[in-house]
Formats: sequence, C-alpha cells, structure tokens
Amino acid sequence: MIPAPFEYFAPATIDEALGLLREHSDAKVLAGGQSLMPALRLRLAAPDTIVDLGKIDELRGVRDDGDVLVIGAMTPHSVVQASPAVNEHARLISLATATVGDPQIRHRGTFGGSLAHADPAADLPAVAVALDASFVIAGTQGRRTVSAADFFQGVFSTALGEDELLVEVRVPKYTGWGAHYEKFNRVAQAWSIVSVAAAVRLDGDSIAEARVALGNMGSTPVRATAVEEALVGRPATADAVREAAARAADGTSPVTDLNGDADYRRHLATVLTRRAVLAAAGTA
Amino acid sequence: MTTTEDRPATEIGNPRRRKEDARLITGRTRWTDNIVLPGMQHIAMVRSPFAHARITSIDTEAARASTGVVAVITGADIADEQGALPNAWAVVSDQQAPVHPSMAVDHVAFAGEIVAMVVARTAAEANDAAELVDVDYEELAPALELRAAARDEVIAHPDLGTNVSAVWAYDSAESGTGGDVEAAIAAARDGGIVIEREFRQQRLIPAFMEPRAIVVDPTTEQMTVWSSTQVPHFVKIFIALVLGIPEHKIRVIAPDVGGGFGGKLQFTPEEVLTVIAARRTGKPCKYCETRSESFMAAHHGRDQWQQVTLAANADGTVTGLKVELTADMGAYLGLVTSAIPLLGAFMYNGIYKFPSYHLGITNVFTNKTWTDAYRGAGRPEATYAIERVMDELAVRVGVDPLEIRERNWIKHEEFPFSTVSGLQYDSGNYEAATAKARDLFRYDDLRKEQAERRESGDPVQLGIGISTYTEMCGLAPSRWLGSMGYVGGGWEHAAVRMLPTGKVEVVTGTSPHGQGHETAWSQLVADRLGVAFEDVEVLHGDTQVAVRGLDTYGSRSLAVGGMAVLAAADKVIEKAKPIAAQLLEANADDLEFSAGRYGVRGTDAGLTLAELAFAVFQGHKLDGSAEGCLDADATLDPDDFSFPHGTHLCAVEVDTETGLSTIRSYVSVDDVGVVVNPLIVEGQVHGGLAQGIAQALYEEAVHDDSGTLISGSFDQYLLPGAPDLPRFETARTETPATTNQLGVKGVGEAGTIASTPAVVNAIVDALRPLGVTDVTMPCTPYRVWKAIQEGEQS
Ligand SMILES: Cc1cc2nc3c(=O)[nH]c(=O)nc-3n(C[C@H](O)[C@H](O)[C@H](O)COP(=O)(O)OP(=O)(O)OC[C@H]3O[C@@H](n4cnc5c(N)ncnc54)[C@H](O)[C@@H]3O)c2cc1C
Repeated sequence: MIPAPFEYFAPATIDEALGLLREHSDAKVLAGGQSLMPALRLRLAAPDTIVDLGKIDELRGVRDDGDVLVIGAMTPHSVVQASPAVNEHARLISLATATVGDPQIRHRGTFGGSLAHADPAADLPAVAVALDASFVIAGTQGRRTVSAADFFQGVFSTALGEDELLVEVRVPKYTGWGAHYEKFNRVAQAWSIVSVAAAVRLDGDSIAEARVALGNMGSTPVRATAVEEALVGRPATADAVREAAARAADGTSPVTDLNGDADYRRHLATVLTRRAVLAAAGTA
Repeated sequence: MTTTEDRPATEIGNPRRRKEDARLITGRTRWTDNIVLPGMQHIAMVRSPFAHARITSIDTEAARASTGVVAVITGADIADEQGALPNAWAVVSDQQAPVHPSMAVDHVAFAGEIVAMVVARTAAEANDAAELVDVDYEELAPALELRAAARDEVIAHPDLGTNVSAVWAYDSAESGTGGDVEAAIAAARDGGIVIEREFRQQRLIPAFMEPRAIVVDPTTEQMTVWSSTQVPHFVKIFIALVLGIPEHKIRVIAPDVGGGFGGKLQFTPEEVLTVIAARRTGKPCKYCETRSESFMAAHHGRDQWQQVTLAANADGTVTGLKVELTADMGAYLGLVTSAIPLLGAFMYNGIYKFPSYHLGITNVFTNKTWTDAYRGAGRPEATYAIERVMDELAVRVGVDPLEIRERNWIKHEEFPFSTVSGLQYDSGNYEAATAKARDLFRYDDLRKEQAERRESGDPVQLGIGISTYTEMCGLAPSRWLGSMGYVGGGWEHAAVRMLPTGKVEVVTGTSPHGQGHETAWSQLVADRLGVAFEDVEVLHGDTQVAVRGLDTYGSRSLAVGGMAVLAAADKVIEKAKPIAAQLLEANADDLEFSAGRYGVRGTDAGLTLAELAFAVFQGHKLDGSAEGCLDADATLDPDDFSFPHGTHLCAVEVDTETGLSTIRSYVSVDDVGVVVNPLIVEGQVHGGLAQGIAQALYEEAVHDDSGTLISGSFDQYLLPGAPDLPRFETARTETPATTNQLGVKGVGEAGTIASTPAVVNAIVDALRPLGVTDVTMPCTPYRVWKAIQEGEQS
C-alpha cells in the first residue's frame, strides 16, 4: 500500500538530525527502511515526519578503538558481514549477520536499525547482549552510553528516547574466542523461532569463559547466565555441555504462536544451546 | 531444402529457451499496473475487518471531502447495478448458494469483503480517503470450523438457513462401474484389513507473484478492460451477463500476467467494480490490489476434511475405497468453487484397480474467504488421500510400500482401462516410471541407510516417501462438462495466418500467464508448416485478436489449445494446395507438402508457403477457382481427457530433537506423453514440486477465533525459496496419449499433485519407529516434534 503522507528530511549531520527530532514531535527515524517501510506501507505507523539518516556519513563504518570495536549505527549488514575486523574480534556478529534475511535485505538494512527496532525475533539483539556491547545514544543533552542488557526493554521498545539517536555500538574484542550462532527457523528467509548466540574461550580442553544469549525467548534477549556459569571450568565435551545447556530455558517465558508454544521453545532453547556451545568450542 | 546444422530435424522435442522470458523477467512489459491512460483515476477498496457482520451504516462524508476524491461508492449505491457474481457449476440441481454481490450491501460474510470504494485522481489520494470511510458494523457469530459448520452450528448466511450447499455422491455399485463398497468393507473386517483415516487438506493461498490488477477504459468504441487474469474470454462474457453491457461492446485484454495457479481463474468483484467506477465516471479507472488484500480477498484453495476407509485382503489387494469429503466453499461460490471436490472425485482410485468405490461430498459455507481452483484443483487432495493410505496398508501387510502399489496398480498391458470411478484411462506404464524412479533414487541404498540410523538411534532419522499418481488433464470434452453440470464448454480455438512476407501469425484462445505458449506453439507451427521458429508470432489474451477461446487452466492448453493450433495449420496447408496446383500448372493430386513446400512429385518444381503467401497477397496470377487466402481458423473439442502419471520418491531427514524436516533428495519421473519443449516441462515440474512441497511443509492459511486471517502476509504464510528446496532430480518416461493427435498429456499440475504425499509419507516413514502414524499438514517442526512426543507416550 501507499504510506500516509509525511514530511521528509535527509540531514547531513547528527546534530542536524537531532534538531529535526526536537522540532517535530511526531517524527520517525529512517535507517535502512527494512522494518520501517513495511510498517509505513501497511499504515501500522503513520508519523507526520521522517528523518532519513542515509546521508549522515559519521554514522557509517566499522572502527578499531583499542580494546573495542566500534560499529556505526548506519553500517549496512553487508558491510558488517564483510568486515575483517568484525570477523576477527567479534566473529559472533559476522555469523549472525550472515543469517539476516537475504542479500538484498542485508544491503539495505543496518546494524543500528536492527538493534533500535528491537524485534524479539531479530538476530542481532541477542548477539549484542551475549557480547556485552554498549550502545552510544545521542540526544539534545549530549551523549550517554547504555549497556546491552539495559538497552532492550521490551517488544519494539528500547532505552532510546523519542528525540534520541543510536549513534554507534561499542563491542569489546573477543579475539581468539570460538563463536557460533544457532538460528532455528522454518525457511531461510524467516525470522527465528528461537536462536542462540554463543561465544567461548578455551583454556586447553576446558572452557575458561562463556557468553550465551537467547533470542525470541521473551520480549527481550535473555542472557543464559546459568548456562555460562555451569560451563566455566568444564571440559568442552558433549556430556558436559549437554548438562549445562539443560538450564538454558531457566526463568524464561517465551511466547506461543503459530511456530510453537512456550514448552516447545524452552525445549528448543536447550537443544540449540547445546549445539551452539559445542560448535563454538569447536572453532575456538 | 534449407536445413542448417544446428537446427534439429524437428522443433518438437527441442529444449528452446522461452522467447517471452526476457520481457517477463526484466518486467519491461505490459503488466496491468504498468498501463497508464490519459485522465486515469485510481480506486481503493474499503474492506470489512469482520468475518460476519451486518452493516448498520456507512458515513462517506469525510472521504468525499478528501483531496482528489471523485466518487465514493457503497453497496447501497449500486445494489441493483452490480448484479450478482456467477457460479458456473451447479454440482447438484438443488445447489444452495447465497447471492454473491461484488460489494456487500448490508451483510458481510468474510473478512476482506468489499463494503465501499473510493475513486480518486491518484492512488495515494484514494488510499487516504478510503481510511476516512466510516462503516458501522453489528458483529454476528461467524461460522469458522468446517465440520461444525457442516452441522449448521452457526449459520454463515442467515438468509440461507443452512451452510450445506450441495451433497453429491458417486457409487460404483449404482453406476455399474464396480461393486458395493460397504460389502467390501464388511468382508474385510472379517479376516482382511480395514484402514480408517482422516486427513486435513489445509487452506492454501495461491500467492501469485503479480497481485490482481484491473484497468478499464470506457472511452473506446468497445469498453476496454485489462485484467491480470487467466481467463479474459470468461471475463468478457461475464461482464456482459452480470452488468448487462452488450457483449460486442466489451474488449478484454489479459496482458502479460504474473502467475495465477488457478487463483486468477475467476471473475472477480474487483473487475465488476472497476467497470462500474469507469462507467459511472466516464473516465479510465485502475485498481491494483495490495499484497495484504490479495491474501484476504483473492480466492483460496484446498480446505477439506477427508474421511477415508480402505478395505483390503490380508495380502494387500485392495477391495474397496470409501471417502467422505467435507469441502469448505468459504463465504460464497465463485466460478467453479462448487466443483473443485468433484474434479478430484474421479482420481481417488489413482493408478489402481479397485473393485469398489464410494465418494460422498458435502460442500459447506463458512465465513472465510471463498475457495476455488488452485493448482491441481481436487486432484492433489485425492492423490494425497490415496497415497497416504496405501503407505499405511503396506505397513499393515508388512511389505515395502512400492510392493503394495505394484500389487494394486493397472498393468501396462491392461490399457485402455475402465476405472472404478467411470473414467477410461487410454494409456500408461506405471512399471516403467517406477523402475526408473527407483533406480535414480538409489532406493535400496537409502533403505539400508535408514535401517542403520534406526539401529544406532541417530537423532536425525531418515524417511522415504513414495507417491504414484495419475491425473485427468486436457479439460475437457464439452459433452462431459455438460453432463456434470458445468455451464460452459471445453473446446479451444486457434487461427493461423500466413503473412505476405512468409511470416506467420498464430492466434490462440489459451491465455498463458507464465507457461510459455508463445514458445511452444511456435515450435508446433514451425514443424507443421516447415517455417523457421523465429518466423512465428503467437498472439493471445486480447479478445479483439483471440476472438474465441476458453483460456488456460486444468493442464488443458497444449492438449486442447495446442491441438487446435495444429488443426488450423493443417487447414492452411490444405488451402494452399489448389493455389499451388494452379500456379505450378500441376494436378493437385501430384502435389506433395514437405518441409514447408509444395512440390510436384517427381520434378524439381515447387513453391514454398512463403512464395504462395506472397502470390496470394498479390493476387495477380490467381484464377479465382480457390479462395485467395492462407489464413485458417480451427475449433477443437477433445474426445477425452489425457492421463499423465508418474512416480515420485522423496528422502527426508527428520531432526527428532527439533522436529525439523529437511528434504535430502527428490526424484520425480513423470510421464507426460510426447514433450514439445523439455525445458518448459522441466520448469513446470520444478515449480509444481515447490508448490506441492510447500503444502506438505510450509503453507497454511490460519484464522483466529473471530475469523481474521492471521497468516495474512509472507511473514506468517511461508513460501519456500530456492535455499529451502533440494536439487530436484527429474526424469521422464514417454507413453504417448492416444486421445490427441500428438500424444501429449499435460504437465502444469503434475508436480503439485505428486509431491505433497511423497513428502508427508517420508516424514511418517522416518518417525514410525517412534510411534508416529500421521502428521497434519503443514508438517511444521512444532507439529512434528509434538507428534514425536505423543508417539513416545503411546
Ligand atoms: C523480508 C525481511 C526479512 C528479514 N529477516 C530478518 C532476519 O532474519 N533477522 C533479522 O534480525 N532481521 C531481519 N529483517 C530485518 C532487518 O534486519 C532490518 O535491517 C532491521 O529490522 C531494521 O533495520 P533498518 O536499518 O532497515 O531500520 P529501519 O527499518 O529504517 O528502522 C527500524 C526502526 O528503528 C528505528 N531506527 C533505525 N535506526 C535508528 C537510529 N540510528 N537511532 C534511533 N532509531 C533508529 C527506526 O525509527 C525504526 O523504528 C528482515 C527484514 C525483511 C524485510
């Protein structure tokens, strides 16, 4: 369908964009448009103003900042996926990004847009939570940084205020860690029914550190801390991992929909966690 | 003679690339939405969000005042003018049906039914204003669940008083085509085998790539209607009948059409309303549906419950088949809604020699989108039921499922064969197709691997699914259609015209929407007339050009329409003969037509068709004894159906931990008779397989308790893409049909018909050791996982 009428701005700087957001109370930010455009066309959203971030160069690109990788909010998935730095220091992001939609969507959709959208079934939020990423948010009062755990607040709901922008995401380096992203869906282009992001650091044959987060097991990504704790110090064997993964669904309350009920999703979480951790350990 | 090295001896059998592909793939062509006319206005529909309601009031004032709006039209405004949409097939003489308005007047019977339309200067303005139309509804209880609706628990159309539209039965004892099925079942209960199963044919959405679109220009001498339809000839006659516009004042054009799958075998409310809008405003009007509208309002397919009872001797010889079918019509009867179950009625016995058969059909209304033809139309449902129970029979007898089929199928030396459902199968060779499929599939190796995985308790189990099928193609002998209650005929028309420069125009009454008729018909004519493939142009889909025709559906185009093309070409050759005789000063009996040229036997003298066409164009040398024209028309009514058949084998890996089914290999061996273009046949098989597999694994239209379609977008209604499908291994056997001059059969629906049961049989086969005996379609990971849990408990 055709979106309801709106006024369109394409600012060239972050400050200009923030100014526009302040001026227009019913404004929406447009990144890659892969989620916003369908919503506009279905008239599920009908803002009177669109602020397109497409011309703001400072929001784009991957940068190395010592212990941290910095990914600009407007960096397209395809660029993130192809980035050698991301692949080396945050391989989990490369792996998960490769599963997002299809090549066309990955060329249009952006890293920041996907996180700001905060769809519980999306791939990158769980990865950001697993990797303890921090989110740099710009507002008229200046900049603030929010942890991934605090950024995601509910279904399509984040720490971003109405007149704020997500500028960049800072990811600690996980150089040398093994990683695996296990996405369970019915067809290649569908969203996850459940997904598991896992990264592990081995010390000899045993697991020294583990990061595990689940996607679509609640309104926000769930850090599987019980699994992480159970893994540390254990050998990366099938039995040990199975035992730890059995706790993956502890404390979760996933939705029931056409793709499965809560019990099924909890079951999937344990199976997929086992597979993800074993695969991650295999690449470490 | 000019035969070049790279040109094969015949065009028939040549895997030519399709001439239409470049324009279809690039989209640089006349899709209906690409048509722009001076002064053209745009339409937006207002649709009911409720499945069942009474319209208490409609306030159009705000919409009328909105920018660019030309008119806002409600059902009350056109209550008389709009007439009623047609159902062309009364399956029984007392068939019940509600009046089917294009726009609801005071009662809506499904979510998505049109209640008003806005005509505006631009599409955006029409959309904006449509949101301002304020409709008040009084909600009524919807009839949703099919079997409850069949019991009249809630009535979909209160005025009708019942949800039952028709009850129809075929009984072999009554028809004299076989024995008494009840007796067979009773006998089998005592020492034989009786298998009773209930299968769900879920509701599907055709999901053609190009949504429906219509442009109407009322300013031309004939009102011109462009529609993304499979059936321009139907649309023309129904506009005349429904709206009272004289037939000779209407021209309908189906320009390039982006898929249909039966979903555009319809005369639609949107077509009627666009005509009304154009007629009322006197200006061209365009309506293009959105994908969301297409999901809700274009007709759906399948949606049946099948209760199947199979009786057999202890050795697995089937003695009788009884089927009780409940079919969801949805809210209204479309063109052939009522007959979809009937089109499967003759196919439940498949390729087998069953001695007795009974089928009962109950057609039922619900408050859902109306159903109608969808690829296979009745035959996939029938094939699914019989192929699923044949597998169950094999398990009960304890033999390989291929073996149980062989025990029951018609042997190749037994053709022609009169079936228990009253059809005459002219030809077939099930042994050959099955042997070839078995070989290509490496059947024995896969069975071995299956045994090993079972043995080792592998979490990923392997299943092998078999589906043998036949279908009736080449719709249809007009006499047969008439005897079954259909109002129309089944003939087809063609014209072949020799142009002065030796080029050829072929006009066909079929209406391709992706099938490649331009290529295939060119091949037919090139061979027959001895002209170059490139010199033939095939015209179709415009009632001013293809003046007669019955369009494309039911795998009929080649077997019926293609044969009409050949008949017209033969007439051209006949018409050329006396002219050649005169110009060559020879006796007509001494002339011989070969490779595009009339030659005088025993001499070098002769004239090509091109030369004759030019001579006819000049007319200088004709003496008037023969008509100076090398154009011919032909109408052809088929004597009988054609019966493609085949054997499909599918290997599925089922991850028992997650329930995910992944097709590992798929072999199809189809016998579609003589093949005109192997590449096109291959394409039809691939697409058909994808659609049939999608019914088994992915697609389902789901409604919530209020009747809202919750799988109303591609987000929820899953279609597989290339990454989700295996590499298909396709092969053919060739047993020519005897019911048409070329021996062709039809391939448009074969893949869809055969593949669904092959996949589900494979999944059940994989899980049988875990206590699973059936999985309801689509076999989602969740459903498969639950079936495993339940199997383990029992
Ligand atoms: C067919 C299809 C399949 C898909 N499959 C997947 C999949 O498998 N996995 C997956 O994870 N995703 C999938 N996506 C979504 C895709 O990842 C999108 O990139 C993502 O959802 C949104 O990113 P975007 O850049 O397109 O943002 P937009 O659609 O432009 O914006 C999304 C929302 O975020 C807000 N926003 C965007 N950028 C900022 C910012 N810098 N600051 C503040 N707010 C901002 C917008 O205002 C809007 O509300 C799919 C999308 C489609 C169309």
